[in-house]
Amino acid sequence: MIPELGHLALWLAAALALMQLVGGEVSLRRRDDDAALRLLVPAAIVQAALCLFAFGALIYCFAVSDFSVQLVATNSHTMKPFGYKLTGAWANHEGSMLLWVSVLAVFAAAAAYRARALGPRFRGRLIQTTGAIALGFYAYLLLSSNPFLRLDPAPVEGNGLNPLLQDPGLAFHPPLLYLGYVGLSVAFAFAVAALIERQVGPQWARAVKPWILAAWACLTAGITLGSFWAYYELGWGGWWFWDPVENASLMPWLAATALFHSASVLAQRDALRNWTILLAVAAFSFSMIGTFIVRSGLLTSVHAFAVDPERGLFLLALLGLYVGGALTLYALRAGTVSAGAGFRLLSREGALVVNNLLLSAILGVVFIGTLYPVALEGLTGERVSVGPPYFEAALVPLILPLLILMAVGPLLSWRKMNVARLKSRLLFFAAAALVVAVAIWLGGMRSVLAIAGIAIAVWLAIASLSLLRKRPSARIFGTAVAHLGAAIIAVGVSVSAAGSLERTLSLAPGETANMAGFAVRMLNVEPTAGPNYTSVMGTLDVGRGTRTYMLMPERRAFITPMQVTTETDILPLWDGNLYAVLGEGSGDGRWQVRLNWQPMIALIWIGGIIAALGGVVAIYGGRVQRRRDRRGLPA
Amino acid sequence: MTKRLALIIPLLLFVTFVAVAIFGLGTDSNRPIESQMIGQAVPDFDLQGLDAQHPGLSSQDLRQGTVTLVNLFGSWCLPCRVEAPQLERLSEAGIVIHGIAIRDEGPAVTEFLTRYGDPFRRIGMDPRGRMQIELGASGVPETFLIDGTGVIRRQWIGVIREEQVDEIIAEVERLQ
Repeated sequence: MIPELGHLALWLAAALALMQLVGGEVSLRRRDDDAALRLLVPAAIVQAALCLFAFGALIYCFAVSDFSVQLVATNSHTMKPFGYKLTGAWANHEGSMLLWVSVLAVFAAAAAYRARALGPRFRGRLIQTTGAIALGFYAYLLLSSNPFLRLDPAPVEGNGLNPLLQDPGLAFHPPLLYLGYVGLSVAFAFAVAALIERQVGPQWARAVKPWILAAWACLTAGITLGSFWAYYELGWGGWWFWDPVENASLMPWLAATALFHSASVLAQRDALRNWTILLAVAAFSFSMIGTFIVRSGLLTSVHAFAVDPERGLFLLALLGLYVGGALTLYALRAGTVSAGAGFRLLSREGALVVNNLLLSAILGVVFIGTLYPVALEGLTGERVSVGPPYFEAALVPLILPLLILMAVGPLLSWRKMNVARLKSRLLFFAAAALVVAVAIWLGGMRSVLAIAGIAIAVWLAIASLSLLRKRPSARIFGTAVAHLGAAIIAVGVSVSAAGSLERTLSLAPGETANMAGFAVRMLNVEPTAGPNYTSVMGTLDVGRGTRTYMLMPERRAFITPMQVTTETDILPLWDGNLYAVLGEGSGDGRWQVRLNWQPMIALIWIGGIIAALGGVVAIYGGRVQRRRDRRGLPA
Repeated sequence: MTKRLALIIPLLLFVTFVAVAIFGLGTDSNRPIESQMIGQAVPDFDLQGLDAQHPGLSSQDLRQGTVTLVNLFGSWCLPCRVEAPQLERLSEAGIVIHGIAIRDEGPAVTEFLTRYGDPFRRIGMDPRGRMQIELGASGVPETFLIDGTGVIRRQWIGVIREEQVDEIIAEVERLQ
């Protein structure tokens, strides 16, 4: 009964989305905007409620292990811990698409309720657009990925769950990523509505910015958690693999980052109108392209989702409809939007333009690197894989100038700049960065790239902290925090890249090996048992100086489905992580052990979370600003 | 006119993406990736040797007119132990096999050779795994067949299995 109710709720939600599209058009044509809103706003809100109900129904099916529902039978198991039964609801294709539309509907409802600043007609268009987007994804869900399909007769036991997915990191990182991906749909709808109604300007930029920032903060946190999950669960010792699925999340992030910076220029100086609109379209388009890449199996990936070319075609059709439609609208209408104001290079807006160019170049590099193998194979049949060397070689020369610029930009004022004062401040930051660079050179680090990275990070960190003098506005505070987060990430990346050491050993119990100042002794390897797996666990005695620690890496063999996972063990110390992975046994008592010393690597994730918090602070700052504007007070 | 054109560019880029995606959806994605180096000359390299019995390996050594096998291995690599008897048989058949020890250390390699047999004429030590990239290998073990002029002719990805030994011997004789 519950699955049928969930299914019904989805059909009703789809009907409401259709009504938003068609009914909205009819009433907006009649030029009676208030009547249109009386129809559209409740429709959007009820649609979100129905969608949430359907999602709740699916979670209920997983909670009670209702194996008559096909999705539960293929993805769950009575032996699975209860918490993972719940998260299992979205750790599969159909469930994750239901989560996708639920997030979409909730964001759309919030936008429908709140977006009043641009007048009723614009609000109507906005709701109409979000309805149109939702409709396509309901169609996809109901016609090709129905999560509520029944099985008759129902099996007595389920088919388990990918053991890699039995992990707390996975309970949170996809939902956060979805909040980010799908949150960008609001910016997309804002752009489409603005193109239709020819309402592009500072007002528009101010209204759309909090939505972009909210999505951006979620995306940043989601990517950070995803990177951490890959680091400690996949057992490769890296924090970013340039895997297609990771790139799929990075591309909308880059577009969104460029977008809220250019939206600031539009809001303050009424410049970059077309560009901002294009970015707003691009950001969500990359989210959809990402979903398509991941779900269609276009590119192979460690994430290895269930792949189905027919679904791929369906998604591609949706993508063509929405992205193609929006870009066609852009091509037709953007020419009629007046260009807006010009500006000087040495000003806040000048710096933001350069920021946008660099971010776009980075986005281009990632996009080409991700799709080049597919394109090449399509054209010549040749197979290549594009790996970290390409991305590193192409991106480092773009990222370092970007980091330098991030320090300078927020210090510049809009329009025109007092150059003398800026010079003295920048000289001070540069001197500090130089001192740090010399100090680490004397400390023994010889990698030029890493020293440059650290020095630039110091420069950025000091510049960001200097924004906090003299009680800054909440918005500047957000910028400072987010940029500080980026500086911290840069330190983590530089130090861990230059100083990481890896050794693969084959050890028998009782043997000792030395590595990066640690003495690692294999004590034993013993079988243990978990709730739904058996495992062998190695015990390593790790000594450094006078202190000793234990590392216990594990190899788990899950029973349903049969699959072996490596559970790495990580020793977090103040100056880095020692990371151990247990490999295969040789049968004669020796075990393969991979050890990895990664100095300062935790800063990458700490910085990511700080950057996300910066986004949250900036949203709050924007609200304070708007309230002041309404009262007619100066900023 | 140029402005009009600029506005269409994003749409054109997107259409290109869709075309690529349609191509991509039709192809099978599970083939192993072969080295791009097959049919090409070995890139220049010069690796240090292991000990007096095993001098180092350089690209020059592969251009001396004899057909050789180059085996990428590691003492830490457990599948390499499984492969050792097959390499032994190849070496007994008179084939010149050189080794490249990937991310390894001298004493560990020596111990590996005493334990599992030593089919190698020369051994190049490659502590950073650079040759994997140079040769286009995706893992360890891998074996490359190199003709007398230093051109890479074939690649075997993964462990050489017993039933492959005769095939490899025939291939070497054909090229000789």
